[in-house]
Amino acid sequence: MNREKLLNTAVILLLLAIPLWAHMAEEPFLITLATKVAILALAGVGLNIALGIGGLVSLGHAAFFGIGGYAMGILAAHAQNYEPLAEWPMLIEGTNQMPVIWLVAVVASALAALVIGALSLRTSGVYFIMITLAFGQMLYYFAISWTAYGGEDGLSIWVRNEFPGLNTLVPLEFFLICYVILCAALWFAARLARAPFGLALSAARQCEARVETVGITPYQLRLTAFVISGAITGLAGALFADLNRFVSPTMLSWHTSGEIMIFVIIGGVGRLFGPVIGAALFILLEHLLGGISDYWQIYLGGLLLIIVLYARGGVIGAISGREVAHD
Amino acid sequence: MTDMTDPSGAGQVLKVSDLSKSFGALQASKNITLDLRAGEIHALIGPNGAGKSTLIKQISGELRPDSGSVSLLGRPVDDLDRVARARMGLGRTFQISALAMEFTVLQNAVLGALGARGGVFRFLGNVMRDKALVAQAEHALERVGLLSDAKRRTADLSHGQRRQLEVAVALTLQPKLFLMDEPMAGLGAGGSQALTGFLDTLRHEAPILLVEHDMDAVFALADRISVLVYGEVIATGTTEEIRNNAEVQRAYLGEEEPV
Repeated sequence: MNREKLLNTAVILLLLAIPLWAHMAEEPFLITLATKVAILALAGVGLNIALGIGGLVSLGHAAFFGIGGYAMGILAAHAQNYEPLAEWPMLIEGTNQMPVIWLVAVVASALAALVIGALSLRTSGVYFIMITLAFGQMLYYFAISWTAYGGEDGLSIWVRNEFPGLNTLVPLEFFLICYVILCAALWFAARLARAPFGLALSAARQCEARVETVGITPYQLRLTAFVISGAITGLAGALFADLNRFVSPTMLSWHTSGEIMIFVIIGGVGRLFGPVIGAALFILLEHLLGGISDYWQIYLGGLLLIIVLYARGGVIGAISGREVAHD
Repeated sequence: MTDMTDPSGAGQVLKVSDLSKSFGALQASKNITLDLRAGEIHALIGPNGAGKSTLIKQISGELRPDSGSVSLLGRPVDDLDRVARARMGLGRTFQISALAMEFTVLQNAVLGALGARGGVFRFLGNVMRDKALVAQAEHALERVGLLSDAKRRTADLSHGQRRQLEVAVALTLQPKLFLMDEPMAGLGAGGSQALTGFLDTLRHEAPILLVEHDMDAVFALADRISVLVYGEVIATGTTEEIRNNAEVQRAYLGEEEPV
């Protein structure tokens, strides 16, 4: 096992061990923090497919995170008020079942990514960044003005949604749900990177002319990656809303896009566990420094600068060196 | 202008007719007409800035000509982009290496084999464990003499080795014709000789339109040579005819030492 794999194994085991210990020591707040790490890491795993493998600098991933959040909020709100979502052409009820909510969140964010990606991937570089940002802000302002679902104040869900066979109100059980989903996403991302699709997508990032010369169209690769990426980030959004039992336009704001991107960069862009380590550091810093000063993000900014200037592979790169080309 | 193009069009794999392209006031291609026939190496020579790379880009589909037409395998391809032309069987190598630098040598070759076979939209299986693709890639690397470097990172290769890899990736496509833009550049004398020997046999698989500054290689390999000066083909003919062409000597070989 090389150094990076050792580091990854240690991180994923630690992320499991801390909440298990906290459960026995009756420290539920620690479990909540770990759950937040797992969910943000999942959002980052999504972004990392577009950003890390595909080189698509999307500043609009809050759109998918927020759509996932609102999918949960809207379905659960209708369920808790016993109001159907629609009565015509057929009766559609709200639901408090997580698997159904996840499915809706994934499909809705994938569709949004398809539309946003299809339009913005016609551009590249700084134009791509601006267009994804613009789409994200469009949805943000739409959510603010959407008074049916709380508008600016957001939407509160009184009771966490249910998962068959588990009691999601127990913090550890909800953590385990998020943890398993994170592990599944990491497994999928690792397979994707080694698959024919990942090889071609990565090549398109490194050298577009090369991919075209062997008869592959980069646009289709990138759009597919963008949709997969958006869907995973959307699923994270649904879980995040369930963790807080609250969804608001903040989830859709560009700050959220920026935060996801920042912690992926801190952890290591394009590295499988970059989002996990980045999210853990982000939450840790927020918790530790946030207690000292409201302006803790100044320190985060400093850290980001150091990493961008001196450690191109993020924390993972600093610890385990250049990525080993897999065979 | 000495026109040696085959009027009957028999065996033409590539036909460029009356191609013109300007960048502002600079006319990079002036009514260029040339062809590539089955089994031949057709060399394109000319001083720096003569418009050789511009012509190659119009043939491969990276640049659109202002006027004129390009046909591949008897079919006009003016409305096809470079992906479509690559799929028709056009294998191209670049003057400035266009490779995935983070990849290993083998991964670059596998990418070529994948492009040729199709099936890019597979999301699970490990592409480097795909025996058919890897075998095809390794075979191509072996032919250009890069197999022992298969595990190296492409960024760590010398410029000459990158050219060899470019040729290997083009081979994985099993193209119907090759466009090679200075494949010898950066190779030492030994490497250049080895590649010359290899291209000599390759012409029987697929004809080659060869842009090259290495005159020893050009005169050893070419069945025909076209001389491009200021965007214009001033002569096309056999090596002997080009050597003895007064206009060529005046414009190119005599006055100015080829770089």
